Amino acid sequence: MTGLTDLGIAAIRDGVADGSVSAREVAEAYIAAVEAGRPLNAFTVETPEHALAAADTADAARASGELKPLSGVPLGIKDLFATEGVDTTAGSRILSGFKPRYESTVSGKLFAAGAGMLGKLNMDEFAMGSSNETSAWGPVLSPWRRKDGGNAALTPGGSSGGSASAVSARLAPGVTGTDTGGSIRQPAAFTGISGIKPTYGRCSRWGIVAFASSLDQAGPMARDVRDCAILLEAMAGFDPKDSTSLDLPVPNWEAALSSDLRGKKVGIPREYRIDGVPEEIGRVWDHGIALLKDAGAEIVEVSLPHTKYALPTYYIIAPAEASSNLARYDGVRYGRRVQPEQGGLTEMYEATRAEGFGAEVKRRIMIGTYVLSAGFYDAYFNQAQKVRALIARDFDQAWASCDLLLTPTAPSAAFGLGEKMADPIAMYLNDVFAVPASLAGLPAMSVPGGVDGQGLPLGLQIIGRPLDEQSVLDAGLAIEERSGFTARAERWW
Amino acid sequence: MTDSTYRIHGATGEWEVVIGLEVHAQISTRAKLFSGASTEFGAEPNSQVSLVDAAMPGMLPVPNRECIRQAVRTGMALEARINPWSRFDRKNYFYADLPQGYQISQLYHPIVGEGEIEILLDDKDEGSAKTVGIERIHIEQDAGKLMHDQHPSFSYVDLNRSGVALMEIVSKPDMRSPEEAGAYVRKLRSILRYVGSCDGNMEQGSMRADVNVSVRKPGGELGTRTETKNVNSVRFIMAAIEYEANRQVDVLEGGGKIVQETRLFDPDKIETRSLRSKEEAHDYRYFPDPDLLPVELSDDFLIECRSSLPELPDAKRRRYENSLGLSPYNATVLTAEVETARWFEALLAGLGVTSAPAEPGAGAWTPASAEDQDKAKRAANWLLSDLFGALNRLGRSIEDSPVSPAQAAELLGLVADGTLSGTLGKQVFEIMLETGGDPAKIVEERGLKQTSDTGAIEKVIAEVLAANPDKVAEYRSGKDKLFGFFVGQTMRAMAGKGNPQVINDLLKKALA
Amino acid sequence: MSVDAATVRHIARLARIAVSDAEVEALAPELSNILGWVEQLAEVDVSGVEPMTAVIPNILRLRDDVVTDGGIREDVLANAPVAEHGFFAVPKVIE
Ligand SMILES: [Mg+2]
Ligand SMILES: [Zn+2]
Repeated sequence: MTGLTDLGIAAIRDGVADGSVSAREVAEAYIAAVEAGRPLNAFTVETPEHALAAADTADAARASGELKPLSGVPLGIKDLFATEGVDTTAGSRILSGFKPRYESTVSGKLFAAGAGMLGKLNMDEFAMGSSNETSAWGPVLSPWRRKDGGNAALTPGGSSGGSASAVSARLAPGVTGTDTGGSIRQPAAFTGISGIKPTYGRCSRWGIVAFASSLDQAGPMARDVRDCAILLEAMAGFDPKDSTSLDLPVPNWEAALSSDLRGKKVGIPREYRIDGVPEEIGRVWDHGIALLKDAGAEIVEVSLPHTKYALPTYYIIAPAEASSNLARYDGVRYGRRVQPEQGGLTEMYEATRAEGFGAEVKRRIMIGTYVLSAGFYDAYFNQAQKVRALIARDFDQAWASCDLLLTPTAPSAAFGLGEKMADPIAMYLNDVFAVPASLAGLPAMSVPGGVDGQGLPLGLQIIGRPLDEQSVLDAGLAIEERSGFTARAERWW
Repeated sequence: MTDSTYRIHGATGEWEVVIGLEVHAQISTRAKLFSGASTEFGAEPNSQVSLVDAAMPGMLPVPNRECIRQAVRTGMALEARINPWSRFDRKNYFYADLPQGYQISQLYHPIVGEGEIEILLDDKDEGSAKTVGIERIHIEQDAGKLMHDQHPSFSYVDLNRSGVALMEIVSKPDMRSPEEAGAYVRKLRSILRYVGSCDGNMEQGSMRADVNVSVRKPGGELGTRTETKNVNSVRFIMAAIEYEANRQVDVLEGGGKIVQETRLFDPDKIETRSLRSKEEAHDYRYFPDPDLLPVELSDDFLIECRSSLPELPDAKRRRYENSLGLSPYNATVLTAEVETARWFEALLAGLGVTSAPAEPGAGAWTPASAEDQDKAKRAANWLLSDLFGALNRLGRSIEDSPVSPAQAAELLGLVADGTLSGTLGKQVFEIMLETGGDPAKIVEERGLKQTSDTGAIEKVIAEVLAANPDKVAEYRSGKDKLFGFFVGQTMRAMAGKGNPQVINDLLKKALA
Repeated sequence: MSVDAATVRHIARLARIAVSDAEVEALAPELSNILGWVEQLAEVDVSGVEPMTAVIPNILRLRDDVVTDGGIREDVLANAPVAEHGFFAVPKVIE
């Protein structure tokens, strides 16, 4: 059993294709791992029958020679993706019991490519959070522990915390995540796995519960760069049902993978060296620079002068969009309704939303409502959209002197549950390195770069030009091949 | 251009009324603005609702090209500035008929900017023309429908209308009387129906107006206005203005102040009421819809929009006057409704009348030939009196007239060439209305042909004179009035088929 | 920007979220802090900068005017807390 859950996506695909493993056995092994992994609280719903059905289809397809790109690969699906007939809650009480009659484009594409679903993955409520502690279904635990001998429960990061924990703990070979301001990259960094947020518009947003429409992007999380490339190929692609979807062919990223970076210039943005960040973060960053140099890349220093404004810009735009996107949760057409004995429609709205939303979601809705309200639109929202244009321009100018950027993914290693919940801004700072690329819609990836003094993983972020996922993946592969990162969470659950 | 003399006579003197209208017109399309669900009227509740219209989690809007195209064509028909770059914004508020919790609309960058409409206050008088400015046209979604009388403790929600495309056509505050507002709405409706961008069906809610009214001393500073929402007929719009203007004058003369507020029109009591229940400060928190990119109109798109515009009512009316020589009144009535104009032109085509629209920008018409002008005038008179009279009687609209334009052309031809007298023409028309038959065939079958055979007529006249020797003597001794008697007797003896002109001529000779 | 209790209540009302007195107490300083922090954007010189309208250069695609959807009332109502006679039902609204 242990052996089978050591198989990643490429290994399962190839093994099923050459008959060295059966898809059924792989699915059963992962289903058992999901059950055994319940103490991590990574899954909100388990769907073993879905995974087994896909596995049986895969085994039959091998027999008839009709294998698809992901035949026999069982996946976890973040609970933000609508899955037909399967509870979809976005980590929120307000959607408890909601069973969509439709399948999100991305999960539908994965299933059409032969993948099965092990279950739905826990997450921060409506993807708002960086520690998975805002989920209505309880926090997700990271499989990682500090090596100080204490048993402090650590966060896997967020909002794709269930996704990260499941991959890291070998409960799934790969998963979907979504990234609005770092929600794929930061949890990947915290749990020692890889994850890529593609260019905005690569993956359809249709059927993904919206948080902030101009920032939300789906992407894969997996154990290595190749597996990310394989999954991304299946997830991406034009969707006429999403007006912001890019009408472009999906490249063969996996086939083109190359860790030879000769001829590539990698920019090191000066402004990402910020005060108060642990010295270990800088050390791993320097290590990453050395690895890319070793792979043939030329290293140049670049400037992204508006970097320090990215986070406050994000915390105006994302809550503003969210305050509007979440208005549909009103207890009328689906989800929870709370009807006070006294009172009519307005009281029903107010009670439903007061009880249905958690504290962080309410806080962001309130901030978003405030910055859009009469008299404040120009000072907050419009100003933020202008600064956002400047942040995007910074990147454009950087591309004049480099092809890629290398930065740390997060300003710290995973922290303990409860450590940052009292201070929203301290929590928001987790995404200080991730948010600029989100604002500019750029492809960005986190790969493991090393461990800190406590043995916890630290991530490196690679940011690319619009649509240049290939170079991002290539640089990720170059780091992966050279870093010798082999650390794994010891199983305690 | 005339200045309105409409005034409210208050205790402190005369008051002028200032009116602006926001007309919501449903864009004629098969599918909704942002989803593929049907817009058909009158379907089972919630049967024309997509997951997008119900605002299911993760659903996204994709705009319908035809909605954009019709809004642009409408803007062009109103001589308005078309904005090649526009954008959709969200208007945020909570209500049970609004599934998304926001309406997708256009606040900051509407698709159409300033334009104008010419209205005629008197159909017979070009001098009564007045121009009303258009402020803007934007595209937005309609809301669903609430039903309050189906259940003791619930309101029911039907989302069939949710997401249907509307154009909001905002006028400048250029109107000064209920009549001007009525003429404006009728003219706007006419143009929209010519363009084909809205069916103008006010009973089904395809057109409704928010009525902005304020009063002031003539020529003085603008007063505070109120907005009366969703008034759905021309009559009610005029009534709402009249009521609201008088109410405001009463308030002001009583020492009170007008509150800028939203009001409701009660069609039973013919009054407006404050919507106090919703009066809590509205703050719509408009911002650009992040699910949609800006709307950018290509040159090709704009060219197609313009070249597909039909001849519009004003141009048509001027052509009828200047090229066909119709009276201003006839030209106005024939062009007011697109169906009438279409029918009339089919009739002209049947009569072989040619009259080309003026070249764009040329502003001049080549007069049709005298013969064609004559035919056109006869056709216009016949349509406006005979056909309209019959349709009125039958309670039918011109679209389902029992007589087709081709049949009518044939009938008018038979009268013009003397086959039928005017009286016989009317008889044949009645038979056509009843049977739907072709006139020539009716004439043939029923032997209704007029006779101009002088020999035959002379023979009948001789018989009539012989039978009435005393009347002949009276006539010859100077009682001229008896001439009509002889005509009537002759016509009756010929069963109405004698050519009246010939009968006249021959009688005069015989009685001389 | 210091957000007072009245403002919190007003915003909560706009957002249709019921808030208790205790929540108002707690939210006022929290929102003040966050707004105070984002207000650093005011120092950025944005003269001549257009607000971002599209994250990645892309053109708005338009649909053809064809009926492709609807007729799925059962799916539309399937998750409704209260649905009767083909309608969604909400507490009676007095207009
Ligand atoms: Mg209005
Ligand atoms: Zn409107």
